[in-house]
Amino acid sequence: MSHFFTYTILTATVATALGLAAPFLLAALGETVGQRSGVINLGVDGIMLLSAFGTYFTALRTGNLLYAILAGMGVGAVMGVVTAFISVTLKAEQGISGIGIYLFGLGFSDLLFIKYVGTPLPISTLNPINIPILDRIPAVGGMLFKQTILVYVAFLLVPVVTFLLNRTTFGMKIRAAGENPAAADSVGVNVKRIRWEAVLIGCVLAGLAGAALLMFDGIFQENLTQSEGFIAVALVYFGAWRPTGVMGGSLLYGLAIAVVLEWKSLGIIPLSASDLWATAPAVITILALLTVARRFRQPAALGKPYERGG
Amino acid sequence: MSRVSAALANAWQDRRRFILSWFALPMSLVVALLLGAVMMLALGANPITGYNALIVGAFDGSYALGATAVQAAPLLLVAVGICVAFRANMFNIGGEGQLAMGGVASAATALALPNLPSIVLIPVVLLAGAAGGAVWGAIPGAFKAYLNVNEILSTIMLNLVAVQIVNWLLAGPMVDKTQNSTYGLIPETRLLPKASWLPILIANTQLHLGVLIAVFVAVGVWVLLYKTSFGFRIQAVGLSRDASKYAGMPVKRTMTLAMTISGAMCGIGGALLVFGSISHRMVTDGSLTGFTGSDGFNGIVVALFGALNPIWSIISAFLFGGLIVGGDALQVATGVPADMVTALEGLVVVFVVSLEYMRRRSRATSLAPQNKSKDLPQGPATTVPAAAPFVGAQEPNEP
Repeated sequence: MSHFFTYTILTATVATALGLAAPFLLAALGETVGQRSGVINLGVDGIMLLSAFGTYFTALRTGNLLYAILAGMGVGAVMGVVTAFISVTLKAEQGISGIGIYLFGLGFSDLLFIKYVGTPLPISTLNPINIPILDRIPAVGGMLFKQTILVYVAFLLVPVVTFLLNRTTFGMKIRAAGENPAAADSVGVNVKRIRWEAVLIGCVLAGLAGAALLMFDGIFQENLTQSEGFIAVALVYFGAWRPTGVMGGSLLYGLAIAVVLEWKSLGIIPLSASDLWATAPAVITILALLTVARRFRQPAALGKPYERGG
Repeated sequence: MSRVSAALANAWQDRRRFILSWFALPMSLVVALLLGAVMMLALGANPITGYNALIVGAFDGSYALGATAVQAAPLLLVAVGICVAFRANMFNIGGEGQLAMGGVASAATALALPNLPSIVLIPVVLLAGAAGGAVWGAIPGAFKAYLNVNEILSTIMLNLVAVQIVNWLLAGPMVDKTQNSTYGLIPETRLLPKASWLPILIANTQLHLGVLIAVFVAVGVWVLLYKTSFGFRIQAVGLSRDASKYAGMPVKRTMTLAMTISGAMCGIGGALLVFGSISHRMVTDGSLTGFTGSDGFNGIVVALFGALNPIWSIISAFLFGGLIVGGDALQVATGVPADMVTALEGLVVVFVVSLEYMRRRSRATSLAPQNKSKDLPQGPATTVPAAAPFVGAQEPNEP
């Protein structure tokens, strides 16, 4: 009996971890694309908040989850235009302008929520999709193959982004813009345009991340993300600007949160100490920044606006 | 003829530069407020009623002014802390965590020393707050200086750690066990000793001693930054680590110290939040903003709007303190949620940094013949210094 119990707990924990990891992964993959082109977007958290609200509101009004997710991505795209305009066209200091975008998103999403929704109502969220045959695999099936569509999409995007960055001309231009924009410019790469596109991709993915987070929680509230967007930025460093590394970091983060969440409610971790356990992901990230991430080199032009002839 | 047009063009350049230098900051606030008016119109509220309510709520009468000053005090301390870090070319966005650690350290000290007289206890708890914040600033500072860890990321992570530590302390070791509740204990401390309460300076207002302390600290930090050799060192390190190292300055120690001071300022701010609170307890709702009211982030806005100068930040803090206090009045009068103020603050930040580029470019073009080094900050430091604060995991000065 107790054996069966442990088995169920483990399956549930890993399954939850994947669901929790998906928003981190989506946002961090988007941020990876942007950072490889040389643009740091610190406003991810604000964008996630706005898109989560967009998703929530659309789902509440139309009841159509596809429209809701598209709305979240649309909000991400709009914020992407704003972010790209500020960081690429106006060449503003990216670390600070991102905080501005964050504060705007934090305030504006809650403003809209209070004004147009007021009392929080849960929405019906995505149903898990069982992958035929694979979901029958003992243990693994229950852990990996009974997730919602957004979780599958998030993990499928890992090879897609890897391919995009490493095997396509577009990806090469992105990396060139992030490593040596002057050299890229001299061989005819439009650095400004490439960075615009990379930032837009990143923000649309941040929008999708907001939608995924909302779908996981099923309800909107003030500051829904609780700094998840910032963590996603840290995960890019954690993953050394590589999609697979970012995935590893997201999984670790998702697992750490899931363990606290599931085991606390089961009484495995004493309630009094659960707050301290909850620091684990952040502490792990700091340790990772101290050790692993320092061994890898960041894109050389990261955070530096490109000025022709400058 | 061409001479005249050249002179005219020159005059226009000069004027443009002058406007951008001195009006960039006020303009960014005005434009943000105008966008706020558009938002209110879109939400079906009258912007004139709204802003009128905001101004009356924030600045009309001694009670409102007192409330604004009390709101401004922790903001000012956070902003001053950010100024110090920024001068050393570091961006401290760990204000939230440093406020919380300062608050919890000061509360613990006050609870441990219940029998001291006010005149001793208040300085002691403020110092305890400073120490709590200093530790939380020293960690990312040392990581940055010695291990080259991006301080933006480490401070954000430490914010997340701080909130859980505070939650744990207030629900466990520091919880008020005397409360009788059937639904479990509220995570809050006992009533703090009366001697530790910050005395009210003017009767019938909330104006407490903390406001004076904050202003005093801001002036002190201005002196430290601009009138001492240590301050000079901080600025030298901020402008060029290589040059400072070459000049024999202890670069890494200076960076760590700058972040430590930065954290200490925020820590004092946290102590003010605890001892200037109406309930005279430290309470948590499980999130950081419950205790800090986002002051750690709002302080960034204050510092930027204060041109990253501690003295200007005094005015800036009062202004933004007023916006926050008046935001509630705005909500009552028009039904537009007070969160609008947070959104407007975000816009101010975006405008300030965007205008900074235009300012730098207009300088670069108009000064180009005489002075090629357009990256050095010149003239009045009205906005963000030209030196980029965001430096990643690498040394920024590699060839």
